[in-house]
Amino acid sequence: MLEGEFHTYMLPEFIIERRQDRCIRCRVCERQCGFNVHWYDEEMDMMREDEMKCVGCQRCAVMCPTNALIVKPHPGSYKPNANWTRERLQDLKKQSETGGVLLTGSGNDKPYRIYWDHIVLNASQVTNPSIDPLREPMELRTFLGRKQDRLEFKFGEDFEDVEITTELYPNVQIETPIVFSAMSYGAISYQAFKSLAMAASEFGTLFNTGEGGLPKELRKYGKNAIVQCASGRFGVDPEYLNVAAVVEIKIGQGAKPGIGGHLPGEKVTMPISVTRMIPEGTDALSPAPQHDIYSIEDLSMLIYALKEATNYEKPVSVKIAAVHNAAAIASGMVRAGADIIALDGLRGGTGAAPKMIRDNVGIPIELALASVDQRLRDEGIRNKASILVAGGFRCSADVVKAIALGADAVYIGTPALVAMGCTLCQKCHTGICNWGICTQDPYLSRRLNPEIASKKLVNLLRAWSHEIKEMLGGMGINAIESLRGNRDHLRGVGLEDWELEVLGIKGAGE
Amino acid sequence: MKYSIGGFCDLFLDFCKEVEELRDRLKLDGKLAIIDAKGLTHKELNDLMRYAVFELGARKFKLLNITGQRYIGTRLWAPNMEKLEIEVHGFPGNDLGAFLGGHKIVVYGNAQDGVGNTMDDGEIIVYGRAGDVVAMSMRGGRILIRDDVGYRTAIHMKEYKDKVPVLVIGGTAQDFFGEYMAGGRVVLLGLNLGDKPHRARYIGTGMHGGIMYIRGKVEQWQLGKEVGIVDMDDEDWKFLEKHVGDFCKEFGFDKDEILSGKFLKLKPVTKRPYGKIYAY
Repeated sequence: MLEGEFHTYMLPEFIIERRQDRCIRCRVCERQCGFNVHWYDEEMDMMREDEMKCVGCQRCAVMCPTNALIVKPHPGSYKPNANWTRERLQDLKKQSETGGVLLTGSGNDKPYRIYWDHIVLNASQVTNPSIDPLREPMELRTFLGRKQDRLEFKFGEDFEDVEITTELYPNVQIETPIVFSAMSYGAISYQAFKSLAMAASEFGTLFNTGEGGLPKELRKYGKNAIVQCASGRFGVDPEYLNVAAVVEIKIGQGAKPGIGGHLPGEKVTMPISVTRMIPEGTDALSPAPQHDIYSIEDLSMLIYALKEATNYEKPVSVKIAAVHNAAAIASGMVRAGADIIALDGLRGGTGAAPKMIRDNVGIPIELALASVDQRLRDEGIRNKASILVAGGFRCSADVVKAIALGADAVYIGTPALVAMGCTLCQKCHTGICNWGICTQDPYLSRRLNPEIASKKLVNLLRAWSHEIKEMLGGMGINAIESLRGNRDHLRGVGLEDWELEVLGIKGAGE
Repeated sequence: MKYSIGGFCDLFLDFCKEVEELRDRLKLDGKLAIIDAKGLTHKELNDLMRYAVFELGARKFKLLNITGQRYIGTRLWAPNMEKLEIEVHGFPGNDLGAFLGGHKIVVYGNAQDGVGNTMDDGEIIVYGRAGDVVAMSMRGGRILIRDDVGYRTAIHMKEYKDKVPVLVIGGTAQDFFGEYMAGGRVVLLGLNLGDKPHRARYIGTGMHGGIMYIRGKVEQWQLGKEVGIVDMDDEDWKFLEKHVGDFCKEFGFDKDEILSGKFLKLKPVTKRPYGKIYAY
């Protein structure tokens, strides 16, 4: 991977075992690998490999027609050392050879406590019956946006017709409390971006454009889009704002709180430069702050600028990275006029982030969510904004636990990418992705077929939604609304007192 | 929607009046709508303007007694819409013409922060000064400011092919002028400086696209390290003839005298100022 003035002292990360008795020299592995690991040795009539380049994405192993390939972590090792791990040594060597800031992709992979794995759910036994979602109605429909302080109704004569007479704030209806996280066209390929749009549209949920704009021909997916207005303001035009379901101001991202973004010039190809409105091949720089927002009052100004630009017809979301003061900040955001608070936690993914930031800045989403929800309740303003949470949701049980902790819905990024083929090799920042997801190289991206990928995404949403219904039914609940903020259904296992207190849940057995 | 309870105060929407209650603020003279904005909130004013355009067919505005109302022009976008002309008398508030979609706004007075914020198309002309972050992330159209502008003007302006935003400033600018510029053309004339130099520091810091023309004295230490001084060519003079010409016509300056001054042309030294700082 390294090009420079030195012979590299780094060890290969992966080893490739090629079972020669199976290899038919079809060269599929060679064509599939964007990192140029495999090559054909004509003289010897055999396939060879350059292990230094292998990122362990498993594309070749999956595509090999005879299953001849095994790619596994390289067993070669330094002397084991709990402090100076292989990763630390490798990073030091890489930096001494390049002088660069360590860059990485996808989410934080460090062993911070995953609170979801220390929270268990309740189920009904004798005192109230559980519900069988296969045969009884079960409601996952969720509305995102500001809710009234109170509602007034008018009843028809026979009490059959009920009409809400209070004017309602704009809300967006989604069929399951799961939406796709912000992934911009530019960070991910056109095909991956389109797959997310198609799946959201088919299932009746939302995808998030990130800050790379929405190509003209995809604006028909606008009613399922959360469009971002971020510090780079890429692709923000009046039509973009008006075709969307929700407009989101991106202040921060869980993977890189407090810093901006650089989409490297290699990824700014012609179509990217059209939607972002910057010349081809330039670095797309997203400044660290939004320069029209230096305070809560300024945030309010932009929130209302966007409400003005969309005629007060759409909820405006504000997304922040979960940091130490998230609860106080969230309170300010709601008071500034945000209709949706989006929180992105410590384990949130990214297309590219400095490794030190990704791995060390921010707080886990579980704690941020619990404290934000509690703070807004204490202040009597919880109804004024929906809470969307992101950052490391791995399965439907995580979603159920988040909703019981107070979330309205959950953003999923990495699970959606994995559904499309991603194997978390963490090389998103290189611009090369053998799965055609995180790349702008047409040779690589065209291997992702949006028809197929969107089907897989819809399958994922369907499977999770069904599992959520099963868990709700088990608790004797028939609407997701009844679980929202219902922390009595959660218990902690193996947590300290302070953690239980922040999470607002009892320990198991209490 | 109108009244809040429980100690929560909506900074902008509380106690706004409906359009029907404000109808007497609006006078229609053919396609010209005249609005007396005295004491109106931004939402009330913009509601009235929207009503005038989409219900009454107004195509021109004369806004009187403007005192700090924000987002003028922002809520007048519709697909394939005719271009409107908006005359502003008084002092508009922040985000004048934010996300502007093609209309023309002329301000007879000073403007505040965020003029033309993320503006997509159209024209804004200010007979006076403007505040910070003028033309932030501007994508298209033109802004002419007669006097000075504040900090971080033209930050992150963009361009694509023939869609190139233009900003002409008659006076001088503060620090971080043209920061992160990714495109567009910015002209700083320094007409009110006399022999004094421009005072801005970090001019064009992080700039990676677009061009700046600065008339008057600027020292090397005032420039960001991502910009370089290059020679003017015929294209540049042609560009200045046109836009400085229009500027002079609008505000009554002498074009030839201005163009006889010394111009500094600034361009980014690279399209990728930060391409080398990472270890992949």
